[in-house]
Amino acid sequence: MGGSALGKYLIRRLLQVVPVVLGVVVLNFLLLQLAPGDLATVLAGEAGGAPKEYIDQLRQRFGQDQPVLIQLFNYLRNLLMLDLGYSFRQSAPVLDLLMQRLGATLLLMGATLFVSLGLGVLMGLLAALWVRTWKDHVISVAAIIFYATPLFWIGLMLILVFSIKLGWFPTSGMEDVVAFNEGFARVVDIAHHLVLPTITLSMFYLALYARLMRASMLEQRGLDYVAMARAKGLTERQITTRHVFRNALLPVVTMAGIQFGSLLGGSVVVESVFAWPGLGQLAYQSLFARDFNLLLGIFFLSACLVVVVNLVVDIIYVLLDPRIRIG
Amino acid sequence: MKSFWQRFLGNPRVMVGLGWVALVVLVSLFADILAPRDPFAIVGTPFLKPGSEFLLGTDSLGRDIFSGLLHGARTTLLIAIVSTLVAVAFGTLVGAVAGYYGGLIDDVLMRTTEFFQTIPSFLFAIVLIAILSPSVANMVTAIAVVSWPPITRVVRAEVLSVKSREFVQAAVVAGQRDSAILLTQVLPNTLSPLIVTGSLLIATAILIESALSFLGLGAPNQMSWGFMIGAGRSFLRDAWWLVTIPGVAILLTVLSINLVGEGLNDALNPRLTDL
Repeated sequence: MGGSALGKYLIRRLLQVVPVVLGVVVLNFLLLQLAPGDLATVLAGEAGGAPKEYIDQLRQRFGQDQPVLIQLFNYLRNLLMLDLGYSFRQSAPVLDLLMQRLGATLLLMGATLFVSLGLGVLMGLLAALWVRTWKDHVISVAAIIFYATPLFWIGLMLILVFSIKLGWFPTSGMEDVVAFNEGFARVVDIAHHLVLPTITLSMFYLALYARLMRASMLEQRGLDYVAMARAKGLTERQITTRHVFRNALLPVVTMAGIQFGSLLGGSVVVESVFAWPGLGQLAYQSLFARDFNLLLGIFFLSACLVVVVNLVVDIIYVLLDPRIRIG
Repeated sequence: MKSFWQRFLGNPRVMVGLGWVALVVLVSLFADILAPRDPFAIVGTPFLKPGSEFLLGTDSLGRDIFSGLLHGARTTLLIAIVSTLVAVAFGTLVGAVAGYYGGLIDDVLMRTTEFFQTIPSFLFAIVLIAILSPSVANMVTAIAVVSWPPITRVVRAEVLSVKSREFVQAAVVAGQRDSAILLTQVLPNTLSPLIVTGSLLIATAILIESALSFLGLGAPNQMSWGFMIGAGRSFLRDAWWLVTIPGVAILLTVLSINLVGEGLNDALNPRLTDL
């Protein structure tokens, strides 16, 4: 594969991103239109009522007296200039609020991806190697149970056992703010806080990847190239590590990309359980404050994250699997 | 070759799953007889432990947890089933039209489906309910809106493989209308993967419904398992059973539906059971 072919592929793939992002913007706009009462009436209501002239004046200021299509155009233009609107509840631009929280969420996502993919692939691999033994059954049954467990509940159960009863981990937050830790001590503190939320969010995906990896390994093992490798005189160990494992990994990588959106959704629940100061918790707070600008900003940012992650996964895929012809 | 029913019911996992699902269905049908009092009614001292005066204890306001569990089963199951039916109906329509007509229609419909698969679905459901305000109907809408894409993909793939077969061609030559061909010739052949995907969707719907109710986005005045956990989480330290009991109910129900769905899949596609 030449570098220019990869470049062309990248550009084409980037262009495919545009309609999705535009779609989310339009969807956001439509949802805002659906919301009961516009910004002007909400603000007036909060001020304890206002004369109609004042509300009309507010509408004019926000451009809400214009035709819907013009409003959509203005909304689009604002977003292109990274103006996600203003959160009147938190008295700050939405973008600033999002950027403050993005880091915490990305940390949780990264840790979860690492744990769920790493352990999931390992468990699936082991189950496939031990297929139809008691060890395989134990792994498979555990995976089926994790797969059916509600995230928020497992989080609360972990708090109950490991924070309240055993006192091993903190119940909530991202760091001990009154300890004023610095440098390495702070990293350790954050890691300590990260353990339970990561386990909580990982369970479901770990189970998913383990089951997929097991099925994928067993499927690959029955293919002709394995018989060929065996005929060539390779040991089972070589066949597994050099051939079967690598091919079996591909569907799992794809699935991890597909699941990223649902992972972000899960983080809303997990962050609200553990008071993890990320985007999910912000979404939870904005729900009840009826802060739609902020909520839709989070939705927009999350959708963009998903698109970017899918793009990265596609590129990894092309690099991993030379059979995929690009161009 | 064993028959479908022999393969399906001969699977011990399916029998366990069916047993629990049957229990939950019965309990939700007869919740009013088994626990005639309003699940929101205050019946005793708060924080009574399970096994005392009340079988599963009382919650922070002195409400009977057993009664809540039975009525919660009804709400959760009803919302999960109705939203799945809506998602299946809509997904089937889109998938059938896309697969049958192909071309530009297919392109537009499938790009739209992919779009709905790409956006973070749970977050979308939250946004929808927050904006539409929490109610049973809006809960059903939100869950259906995020659940239909897999159905569309399954149905489209099946329609594509069936539509070039002779019996469909014969119906075209015989002059049947498109809608009649789709309904009587094509769709009946897509039924088995549709049943498998649909049954697994019910489990996902229960998980989404519980998570939404847990966050406080459930229908007001409807007892549900997720709501019970959300209401009990502040008392985790002193009253573990408030959170534990409804959680086990969700876990067992989702697990059972998954076992039945996978059993259906294995029984309908016997070659795959080797895996």
